[in-house]
This record gives sequence, structure tokens and C-alpha cells, in this order.
Amino acid sequence: MSNDTPSERARQQIDANLKRVFREQEQAELPDRLKDLLAQLKASEPSEQDGKS
Amino acid sequence: MTGDPRDELVVHLPALRAFAISLTRNGSVADDMVQDTVVKAWTNIEKFEPGTNMRAWLFTILRNTFYSSRRKAKREVADVDGIFTENMAEKPAHDGHLQMTDFRTAFAKLPDEQRETLILVGASGFSYEEAADMCGVAVGTIKSRANRGRKRLAELMHLDADGPVELTDKVTIAVVANNGNSAF
Repeated sequence: MSNDTPSERARQQIDANLKRVFREQEQAELPDRLKDLLAQLKASEPSEQDGKS
Repeated sequence: MTGDPRDELVVHLPALRAFAISLTRNGSVADDMVQDTVVKAWTNIEKFEPGTNMRAWLFTILRNTFYSSRRKAKREVADVDGIFTENMAEKPAHDGHLQMTDFRTAFAKLPDEQRETLILVGASGFSYEEAADMCGVAVGTIKSRANRGRKRLAELMHLDADGPVELTDKVTIAVVANNGNSAF
């Protein structure tokens, strides 16, 4: 089925770049609202409840 | 009480956001989706099976959120050329810089399903089977999406089968060396 498949070398380079782009994105600083989100969820949950206050 | 799986959520936030940005190509839409996903995960934590892959679970919630919002509203046109690039951390200029920018631009042009698949199996290390589970499609579909996505990227980057490659060996070596530093 080789027609749909890039060469092995191209594939490796593409995947290396995908990993690199993804890793760079992961290393970007989270915005405050995401950083604070879990603490807010924790705080808004005195007991087992699924509602938001 | 120890062992609350919710305590593990924080570990996955950066990867979740990276996945969201690669899907939406828009930073603030991505953050909304991550927020929705985390709230859903938090409130449905009993549906998470301890011992299974939490990252896969979270990615699945996020992609479902993405596709249902995509169905609901024809979203405004994504900034295909700009946003994915703009969200990248500033990097020192070196000989790989231009090529990486080209790569991001090319990647952002792929259809959603191909971007998603390549992030899952190409960048995040999920197996084809895991990705198929997460996307609710057959393994063959994932393989074919991955192949088509890689092929398109190879074309956009002029990575021809036999011709000289655009990405220098230096870049490849740097990437490979960097891989050792990532816990991901």
C-alpha cells in the first residue's frame, strides 16, 4: 500500500517534529484561570456534590 | 483521604492544553475547552477507572467536547497560519527555526481528524489501538488518517521519498536528543 505511506525517513522526521511541537506547547505556561481551576473546584465542593454553587 | 484520582488531574493539564490547541488552533477556545473538560472530569470522576490511563480519558473527554461544539456551531474560521505558531514559546533563533515554523503552519492546515490522530499517535505516544478507542473508530481508520496526515505533511514540507530532505540532520538530531528529556 506504499502509495499512501510516506517514506520511513519522512515519517520519522514528521513524528520527531510532531513531538517537538507538542512538547513546546506543553511547556508553555498555563493561563491563570486554568491554574486556579482545580483549587476552585475543590473549594466549591464541601461534600460529594456535582453541582456548582 | 488518599488516592483521590482528582489529585492526578493537575499532572495532565499541560498535555491537555497542548492537545486542545492543536485541535482548535486557537488559544482562548482551547482554554475554554480545557476548562470544560476539567470540570466534566471533576464532576464525573467516578466514571474514571483507577489504574487506566487518565490522560487517554481526559483526551477523550476533550475531543468529544471539541467535536460536539464543532457540530453545534460552525465556528469562526480558525487562524490557520497564525495561532498555532503564535502560541509557541519563543525559541532561540537557530538553523531549525524556519523549518519548525513551516512545520507548524503545515500541520495547522491538516483536517481536524488528521491533526488529532497525529497528535495522539505521532506526538503523544498512544498506540493505534488506544487512539482508535479514544476516537471511537476502527484501528484501520486511525492508521489511514495517520498515513494521510503524514503524507500531506511530507508533501507540504517537501519531504520526498528520495530527494534531499528539508529538515537538516542537525534538527533531527536535536529533536532526538531532546526526546530523552521529556517525561511525556
